[in-house]
Amino acid sequence: MEHITLLVGVVIITALVFDFTNGFHDTANAMATTISTGALSPKVAVAMSAILNLVGAFLSVEVAKAISGGIIDESAGLQPEVIFAALVGAILWNLLTWLLGLPSSSSHALFGGLIGATLMAVGTSGVNAGAVMSKVLLPAIAAPIVAGLAAWAATRLTYRINRNADEKVSGKGYRAGQIASAGLVSLAHGTNDAQKTMGVITLTLITVGALAPGSNPPTWVITSAGVAIALGTYLGGWRIIRTMGKGLTDIRPPQGFAAQTSAATVILASSNLGFSLSTTQVCSGSVMGAGLGRKGGTVRWSTAGRMAAAWGLTLPAAGLVAAAAEFLARQGDWGVIAVGAILVAGAGSMYLISRRKPVDASNVTADDLDAPATAAAAPACPAAQIVTVPAQGGPHGAPALTPIAGGAPATAGDAGSEPAATAV
Amino acid sequence: MKIDWAALGTVAGVSLVVTIALVGMFTLGISALSAATAAGRNGTSRLPARLGAYAAFAACTAGVGFGIYLIAS
Repeated sequence: MEHITLLVGVVIITALVFDFTNGFHDTANAMATTISTGALSPKVAVAMSAILNLVGAFLSVEVAKAISGGIIDESAGLQPEVIFAALVGAILWNLLTWLLGLPSSSSHALFGGLIGATLMAVGTSGVNAGAVMSKVLLPAIAAPIVAGLAAWAATRLTYRINRNADEKVSGKGYRAGQIASAGLVSLAHGTNDAQKTMGVITLTLITVGALAPGSNPPTWVITSAGVAIALGTYLGGWRIIRTMGKGLTDIRPPQGFAAQTSAATVILASSNLGFSLSTTQVCSGSVMGAGLGRKGGTVRWSTAGRMAAAWGLTLPAAGLVAAAAEFLARQGDWGVIAVGAILVAGAGSMYLISRRKPVDASNVTADDLDAPATAAAAPACPAAQIVTVPAQGGPHGAPALTPIAGGAPATAGDAGSEPAATAV
Repeated sequence: MKIDWAALGTVAGVSLVVTIALVGMFTLGISALSAATAAGRNGTSRLPARLGAYAAFAACTAGVGFGIYLIAS
């Protein structure tokens, strides 16, 4: 009994660690365009986002319930070690994509992990295919398209109405609007992503019988998940912020405003109905839509293509890592310890690699090093950005992103885990 | 396999309408503010335009607040 309690404790801590990586992986969603247009300074932006994430975590539990009661069949004899394996897969994939500056979906990493580990542990009976289809896969495809469409239409509309407006007044107004809409995205992120961790912890508590099946997450679970995601958000995933804010398209304040409003609306509407969609994909979709909505606006399709590839890969890759972790973990206590060691080693080595070329608040908009990060710098020539960025070694722009195929196995090798290598 | 098309459709429809309405309303507010500035420059009263702008921003805030209320309740 004591052993189970210890394992459950480890699973809960691992879930909170995942939540933390989720937070810093996704800061970009809310704040990338706000930071890149200079509406808020990087530090203020992440602090605001963190607080609103925490608030959002308390708003709704629909998504948490979809995880603990929908996608995985909790009566299939799931063990905490399965969830542990799932979380290890999700965290390792999250860190790898963060290292590469790719805005992949933390949610899909988690679902991939859960599905992979469950399939390995109890077979296809443990996964509710219908729920996976209707609550994960379909929203995953539909949401970015809807968000993109809405952002595109809203951008066109706003440029049309305001074509004669006083530039000084509208510049100031849109920047205020951007701050407000970025806040909404953060709030939405809390209602959707913090829920996922709550769902996982609740699922764990249900599998060991500490909670009745179908229970709502207890308050301490909601609080700890909210705090973990807020801390992660405050830390800021500067690498991904760079990709989102600068790599995809040039975003001006009206576009940033339209993109964030669209993303926040889609996420909040989905949270309310229990669709646990990927906030990352929604935000990328809306940024692209807003990029195309402005006359003369372009989207860097090569970056978009790499992001789409990472999206497609996330679910199966995290699933494979988790399945391998589960294979190891089910061998007994030493297996669980080995998986934990792999997690620590993998996370540690990726952190060390990231220190070689750090991206932080000071150089997150480094393309603008020559000019202050204001709207005046926003219409910087894209070609110039592409030239300067790789020179600064950022994980953004064409050369830096390509290692997704080539560089990943090396990272996995450092981690000493063949699972990660298989995954890529 | 049961797929809740109605819920998916609702999210899509609501998102499109709400986004366009919010952004449109906010933009009208900015237009009005800009008009108020222009009116001030011409020496005419800037009050009507300014009131319009505040009404538009208030409508945005109310819309967002109602949305959050729907989710939280």
